Amino acid sequence: MEKLIEQFSFGLFFWQLLLFIAVLLLLRKFAWKPILDAVEDRESGIKDALAAAENAKKEMQNVTADSERLLQEARVERESMIKEAREMKEKIVTDAKELAQAEADKMIKQAQVAIESEKKAAVADIKNEVATLSLEIAEKVIKGQFSDKAKQMKLVEEMIGDIKLN
Amino acid sequence: MEIPTIVGAGLIVIGAGLGIGKIGGSAMDAIARQPEASGKIQTAMLIAAALIEGIGFAALFAS
Amino acid sequence: MHGFFETDILSDMQKPFYVKVLLVVTLLLGINAFAQEKDHSSSEEKGSLKTEIKEFIDHHLLDSHDFTLFTIDEEKNEHVGFPLPVILWDNGLKVFSSSKFHHGESVAEVDGNYYALYHGKIVKTDAEGTINYDEDHHVTNVKPLDFSITKNVVFIFLVSALMLFLFGRMAKSYKTSSMPKGIGRLLEPIILYIRDDIAIPNIGEKHYKKYMSYLLTVFFFIWIINLLGLTPLGVNVTNNIAVTFALAILTYLITTFTANKNYWKHIFWMPDVPVFMKIVLAPIELLGTFIKPFSLMIRLYANITAGHVVLMSILGMMFIFKNWIGSPLSFGLAFALSLLELLVAALQAYIFTMLSALYFGSAVEEHHDH
Repeated sequence: MEKLIEQFSFGLFFWQLLLFIAVLLLLRKFAWKPILDAVEDRESGIKDALAAAENAKKEMQNVTADSERLLQEARVERESMIKEAREMKEKIVTDAKELAQAEADKMIKQAQVAIESEKKAAVADIKNEVATLSLEIAEKVIKGQFSDKAKQMKLVEEMIGDIKLN
Repeated sequence: MEIPTIVGAGLIVIGAGLGIGKIGGSAMDAIARQPEASGKIQTAMLIAAALIEGIGFAALFAS
Repeated sequence: MHGFFETDILSDMQKPFYVKVLLVVTLLLGINAFAQEKDHSSSEEKGSLKTEIKEFIDHHLLDSHDFTLFTIDEEKNEHVGFPLPVILWDNGLKVFSSSKFHHGESVAEVDGNYYALYHGKIVKTDAEGTINYDEDHHVTNVKPLDFSITKNVVFIFLVSALMLFLFGRMAKSYKTSSMPKGIGRLLEPIILYIRDDIAIPNIGEKHYKKYMSYLLTVFFFIWIINLLGLTPLGVNVTNNIAVTFALAILTYLITTFTANKNYWKHIFWMPDVPVFMKIVLAPIELLGTFIKPFSLMIRLYANITAGHVVLMSILGMMFIFKNWIGSPLSFGLAFALSLLELLVAALQAYIFTMLSALYFGSAVEEHHDH
């Protein structure tokens, strides 16, 4: 300790303090401030650039998501449209079918009615014809039969026997 | 009987050496346990070692 | 010829390892014995050599008033170098060249006053150069205030100029591009390291800016001047207690004058402890504020001094052993130690900066609830 105090040189202390403070002040003004500012500027620039890139990336993602969504919507719309069209088609077809069926039914009914009336007329005609024919036949038969008495009798008897059976 | 100052200096060196050795060893252990924190551990180690060293030197000069 | 070499190598390889070790050891022992025998005759000469080396080391550790690169002949007082101006304050400013001292051999006469060099210090004396001692062998001569441009002051000037040049140019290079150029590429990472790993963690994001100039200047100053101490120029500035004292007192003053209320409160009226402890702690804490820069001063001084002493002692061993084991051994040791000193040069600068930052950090620490 004594040696240290003995060794202490005031001149050296004075020069060291003076020069060091001078260098400190000069460097602060002309070196450290510009250097640290430049470095800080650069760092903030890099930070900004990074943030901008991050933003751009996010926006990009948003855009992609948007287009994806639009695509999805379009797909859904298309599907619904197709479905609607299909339904409409089916409806039209069924409608047409029903209409045709109804028309056909109507026509068939009319035809049936016509046929029926025709048939009735025909049957009535035939009945008249048959009646006249049978009357004529009967007239002729009777004319022939009633020429012989015995035969008349026999007939009567047969008829009576038929009645018995009944 | 007067103890020569050189004995005191030796004692100081032993003490300071033990202290710095212990700091170094503990720092190694800590780094082995947490290699990712090695920077912080080294800084703390240097500060602790420097403090012991300062005391050691102060005592050496006083003796 | 080729075959011969091959078999020779093979037979050498086949020898067991311990045989080789034994061979080397006997060889070394033989030489050592021979060397010792030779040295025995000149043991007295060796003793004087030892004192000479010791004196040389002591001289190296001291500041000097002239710039001596090397000595040609000690007896004839022939040195290679140049004198430096001596500035004294002794009832008026006195400036003269240190060549008047003739390397401490003669007394310098200025305006009727006589000055002599005693162990690198200027003392006032008479025409015959008598030095008076008291009973404890201390010099009683008057010591005038010495503001001489000594060797160390020259190097402080040089380092200051170098730093102004280097960092001034580096700062200019940022005006044209945002990236550093030339030496700036090496220095910028160090500046960033000091900012990001020393200043910000220890002082804090909010206050670190006002301390950056000091931290950067002190780091580079100590580092460069420590490195210069490892060159063969034979200077060592940081092993002068005056230099480290100047640096430490700056740290102390900055800590004291930028400290906030919280810092002083922690020193004089420690919160969250009983009143009795507050009274006990106050003087201890106050003493601590002086001990902190004091330890900074001692640490830097002692590390650099110890490094130089050990390095030069090992180099001096070369002249004491004077055989071909001792010299390569001391050369190898000195080489390894020089590498270590390179590390120490940077480490001490780092620790000084780091601890300064730590003290500044404690001075501006905001109050927070424990």
